[in-house]
Amino acid sequence: MPEPADPRAVLDQLRGRIQALQGGPTRMLVPTLPMFEPLVQLRTGGVYAVDSSSLGMGLAAGASRSGEWVGFAGWDDFGVEAAHQWGIDLSRTVLVPAPGEHWLEVTAALVDVLKVVVLRPPGPVDAKSASIIDARLRARSGVLVVQGEWPRCELRLTAEQTTWSGIGDGRGRLRERQVAMVARGSGGAPRRAVVVL
Amino acid sequence: MRTMVLWCPDWSVTAGLLELADEQGDSPVTVAAPAVVLANNKVVVCNTAARSEGVRRGQRRRDAQARCPEVVLLSANPARDARWFEPVLSAVEEVRPGVAPLRPGMLAVPAPGRYFARAGLSGEEAAAAVLAEHLVGAGVWDCRFGSADDLYTAERAARLATAQACTVVPVGGSALFLRGLPVTVLADDGPEGAELADLLRRLGLVLLGDFAALSGASVSNRFGSYGMDVWRRVHGEEVSRLASRTPPPELACEISFEPPLESAEAVTFSVRTTAERFIAGLADRQLVATGVRVEAEFEDIGHGGGVSARTWLHPRCFTSRDLVDRVHWQLQAGMATSGLRSRKTTGERIDAPVTLVRFLPDTVEPAGDHADGLWGGGADDQVVRGVARVQAVVGYDAVRVPVRQGGRSAADRQTLVPWGERPVGLRPVDRPWPGQIPGPAPSRVFAEGREAEVVDEAGVAVAITARGVVTGAPWRFRVGQRWQPVGSWAGPWPVDESWWLGAGAGGRSARFQVVGVDGRAWLLRWTSPGSWAAEAAYD
Repeated sequence: MPEPADPRAVLDQLRGRIQALQGGPTRMLVPTLPMFEPLVQLRTGGVYAVDSSSLGMGLAAGASRSGEWVGFAGWDDFGVEAAHQWGIDLSRTVLVPAPGEHWLEVTAALVDVLKVVVLRPPGPVDAKSASIIDARLRARSGVLVVQGEWPRCELRLTAEQTTWSGIGDGRGRLRERQVAMVARGSGGAPRRAVVVL
Repeated sequence: MRTMVLWCPDWSVTAGLLELADEQGDSPVTVAAPAVVLANNKVVVCNTAARSEGVRRGQRRRDAQARCPEVVLLSANPARDARWFEPVLSAVEEVRPGVAPLRPGMLAVPAPGRYFARAGLSGEEAAAAVLAEHLVGAGVWDCRFGSADDLYTAERAARLATAQACTVVPVGGSALFLRGLPVTVLADDGPEGAELADLLRRLGLVLLGDFAALSGASVSNRFGSYGMDVWRRVHGEEVSRLASRTPPPELACEISFEPPLESAEAVTFSVRTTAERFIAGLADRQLVATGVRVEAEFEDIGHGGGVSARTWLHPRCFTSRDLVDRVHWQLQAGMATSGLRSRKTTGERIDAPVTLVRFLPDTVEPAGDHADGLWGGGADDQVVRGVARVQAVVGYDAVRVPVRQGGRSAADRQTLVPWGERPVGLRPVDRPWPGQIPGPAPSRVFAEGREAEVVDEAGVAVAITARGVVTGAPWRFRVGQRWQPVGSWAGPWPVDESWWLGAGAGGRSARFQVVGVDGRAWLLRWTSPGSWAAEAAYD
């Protein structure tokens, strides 16, 4: 049951119903890593918000591992080795480190041809820009993962608690992190799970 | 058809002196002066005047100056040599067409078949005399001629001639002529020849004739393909005639604009057919280009014209469309008047109209190696086109392909190659790289270290001693402005590198993994004498 106090949520719900009635385009599954199964299953045309770089890479990794092209826009500090460790095929990765003021055009051009685009917008995104991208996504059957804020996203993945293991007071090294995640959608109850990133 | 070779000895020196004289405007004084051409502080070429003072090839600059204090020092510059040989070529061409430049300082022409013989002079000697007269008139005093049945013998003959004279090897006498030469003449052929000459000398073979006396099979076994070539020449079997040479296929294409075009877009539009012709020309020979040099010439407006040249590499092979894009990017980078912006300006800015664009194949490979598979393959065409659209918006080098490479720091272990270029000069990943941080890699790697600070419980900045020991346990730290307590930490991983590059380039440093109480982990780096920076984040 969505909160009736939030008019935006009500609008979203109504939009979803209209789309279902109109028989909108079938939303195909996009390969997602099994570790995210309890939280999220990517579907074409969706916008997913995440709050960390690792999570962005992780969501793109499933598609990349199954041979799709992925792209990263606005990542001026892309950790290539981390991407490789996630299993992202670097030869099928497009990176636009600093699109600057043109981020909207760049993102639109990338979602046209890539399966998963991970975007770090430079600032707050207005509803109009978001709707342009949303329309592209639906037409081109891509997925947009946004690290940051997005006006209307299908699912928002947030880390509630992070625990690193393998590291002590001057001993060991970072080995593994367990993150308690919560996935809040535009409808339905939030889903929680602990994943190892 | 007989061949005549014209040789100007010590051409680099002559060219250097001519240029010097041209710059200073006092030609008669300097051209005969002792002079040497230096590369890496060693004498590469010296002229007769310097040689008579005891200067020799291979000497150090200091030794050459000690022997001849007034010697003119010139730097080696192959482009200058070629540039100043150009007038010689055209001077010869005025008298005898069909000139083939062999290298700066040496050219070949087909020897005149019939030429009137004067008293005591053969026809070819008379012809050489006419050429010599013409060249001396053009300012080239030291020119020597040789004529023979084949090119190689003619070149050898020219080296035996005195200034402005011609050595004529009679018809069918090439082998006999070569056999009379000492083996040391092979040293003129380059390092390979010098090596063989040295070997033959140590074997007790003084003349090329002695070498010719060996059996062909043993020469082929013992001296390789080069030795075999020489052997065949001294037997008169190798007849490389000038006229019989097939010219190499002309793969380069160019287009000139009249009137010159001002905007990059107009040029891009106009080069399309030329690019298609260039690719088609390669395709006719079953070739594709993986590296192409694009040259654009600019109109001379006041401050002199210019040439923008750049070699572009392609991860697969160039199509005409790719070439047009490369032209666009190259001009975009150079032109101030371009409508599209670019992030990187390569070379000097050129704001003059373009008069000519030329494509030169740099690397060509057989087309079969690059053909698409029956069911498609290689880069997805759709993606390539989409990325081209992005490049049109933000500039060609704003779209990157991430590539891993070897290194110690997180930033060293990666590089971003512009889309459409081939990565070159990567460090190998599979080396041990001692000092690198093991375990999961940071997902954010900052190009520039972010300002950070780490203090111990007493509030004193943490540092590392020369033995790699931490002066105090990290207690609080900040990356940016916000201080927070240290949750847990690991390290140090000390590294001492690049200290040989001088102050500020490197030195002692140590890396730490620090986890804040908020659960965020950072890769911090302490650098001697005491500054902290955040290199990467495990976000």
